[in-house]
Amino acid sequence: MADRKEFVIKDIDVAASMRNQKTANIIRLTVIYIFLTLMAVMMIFPFYWMIISSLKTMEEYRLNVPTLWPKKIVFENFVMAFEKAKLLDLFLHTLYVGAVSTVLSLVVTVLSAFAFARLNFKGKGIVFGALMATMMVPGELYTITNYLTVSGRLPFLEESISWLDITNTFAVLIVPMLVSVYYIYLLRQTFMQIPNELYLAAKVDGTSDFKYLWKVMLPLSVSTIITITILKMMGSWNAYIWPRLVANDDAHKLITNGLRGASFVTEAGDTNFPAQMAAVFIVSIPLFLVFVFLRKYIMRGVSRSGIKG
Amino acid sequence: MKIVLQNVTKAFPNRNKKIKEEVIAVDGLNFEIPDGKLVGLLGPSGCGKSTTLYMICGLQKPTKGKIFFGEKEVTHLEPEHRGVGLVFQNYALYPHLTVKQNILFPLQNLKGEQKMSKQEMLEKAVAAAKLVQIDELMDRKPSELSGGQQQRVAIARALVKEPRVLLLDEPLSNLDARLRLQTREEIRRIQRETGVTTVFVTHDQEEAMSISDIIVVMKEGVVQQIGKPQNVYDDPCNLFVAKFLGTPPINVFDGKIEDGMLKIGDEEIMALPGQQDRPVHVAIRPEGFIPCEDGAFSGILRNIEVMGRDCSVILENEKCQKETVRAIVDSGIDIKHDATGRVRFNIKKNKVFVFEAETELRINVEG
Repeated sequence: MADRKEFVIKDIDVAASMRNQKTANIIRLTVIYIFLTLMAVMMIFPFYWMIISSLKTMEEYRLNVPTLWPKKIVFENFVMAFEKAKLLDLFLHTLYVGAVSTVLSLVVTVLSAFAFARLNFKGKGIVFGALMATMMVPGELYTITNYLTVSGRLPFLEESISWLDITNTFAVLIVPMLVSVYYIYLLRQTFMQIPNELYLAAKVDGTSDFKYLWKVMLPLSVSTIITITILKMMGSWNAYIWPRLVANDDAHKLITNGLRGASFVTEAGDTNFPAQMAAVFIVSIPLFLVFVFLRKYIMRGVSRSGIKG
Repeated sequence: MKIVLQNVTKAFPNRNKKIKEEVIAVDGLNFEIPDGKLVGLLGPSGCGKSTTLYMICGLQKPTKGKIFFGEKEVTHLEPEHRGVGLVFQNYALYPHLTVKQNILFPLQNLKGEQKMSKQEMLEKAVAAAKLVQIDELMDRKPSELSGGQQQRVAIARALVKEPRVLLLDEPLSNLDARLRLQTREEIRRIQRETGVTTVFVTHDQEEAMSISDIIVVMKEGVVQQIGKPQNVYDDPCNLFVAKFLGTPPINVFDGKIEDGMLKIGDEEIMALPGQQDRPVHVAIRPEGFIPCEDGAFSGILRNIEVMGRDCSVILENEKCQKETVRAIVDSGIDIKHDATGRVRFNIKKNKVFVFEAETELRINVEG
């Protein structure tokens, strides 16, 4: 006992500590808020500019010193946007392609994620590894080969095969995009977190694999399924390069492509930017709403991609 | 219904694929579980007890050997046709379903003749819930239940199909000490009420001893001893079994037989007439020590732990295979040590076991 060091309890100046704490806090918060505000302004300004431009008249838009708020608010640009860009058609096409490809893509994703997470088959590791490897290749690289395939121009044949040519159909917008390795990976990770015992318990109770998938795994993975649905829908909505390349006719045009191609030239020969801004604004609304209401799931999908190797 | 295991062996391919040799998890298991009994499969982790349970259940198929339920062979029958109920260590309840839906789940999978109407299923589920006393929690989700309640739900789910065999895989290890005591009595009660043949796996010898009709002690895939808990405790067949059963654990010493005398160091513990001189392991149960001033065995007193009902005397003895010897004596007794700090004890003969030094097998001591 004697050789034990004596424990000295120092007196603390509580008031001084509190003052220091407070100052440090204020400085920290000030810096953070200034930074965040600057970044927020940078992000929001283009959208703000889009919205006010869509509400201006052509004359006001052309002023040498741009106004930060329209002197006279007009809505005729929106009417023009619908007429000139045939927005309604574009909306319907995109909705159709988006809905069909999301549903089909979910079926493919769920079944393959189940196989990779739950079943044991020869070459599983190799197949999954190969799929993962394709994630390293930028999507633009496939575009050319995919285009050759869907237009019937197979590389080892001299002549193109006409019945393979499915350009300018809805199928060409849907089928090549059905399999997403990233979604399979995302869902497989979720499936693998479900304890093995649940599967064994279900086996003892005589549950088939499919029933187990349907009644246990899917309900437990609802949030990932929702994330995938949203990401897929957003992907369909935002797709540009592929639709522009393979389905550029009026009957199948999608929204981004349609916007790009629409002519907003006035009789005087100038581009009617306010009308164009109005069209862009309308097109952005659905995505904006999706983000506001389903932010939680989108963030999950984005942040999940960063972790787990 | 009795369960018979005949020469059951389970080998797994080595995890390191370069090594061809298989890992033998269970090696030539032979035993019979009588109808309506509660049997504890006991052993340290990795001894193959869970594998054995999974083979009885049908989730794993034996590499060799046969399994019979009653007179019928079920070796290659799928689990759902065996009529077994299985309870997991982590309960394995479906987290998105309520208690009621969890208990109903096995019934909803029944096909053909066994198929039930919704009303029947509900009646069965309520009956099972009543049996484990959770009928008031039917609409809760598993996450809203305590560990003990979740375990009851798991048992109800296993029993709802009225299985012929109930299998429990470490059913108590996820519960705290108090709940464990309570739940094991509960399991015993449910087993008695239903009369279902029950096999349960545990690494906790106290748990196994306290509720089993029969215990099966396993080590490295091989059965060491089978018997009533008290018989196995009083008459272990080898050093491993002696060490594995009993809390506090048995004290093991390096001893020897010399001129018909069992000795620890120079101290003569008891007479062993007709035995050849050789080194042996001497194991003495903690309750086998009686404080006595001219006793045969001695040790240097280190500490006394008072437990209320009795107390543990912690000693040091150079021949002990562990650092300290633990003796349990009545708390009323005054422990006296001599000038050198030694305490002396008499040894109860039926609490001493002698084992061969090499094989660790029990040496039968007559008289």
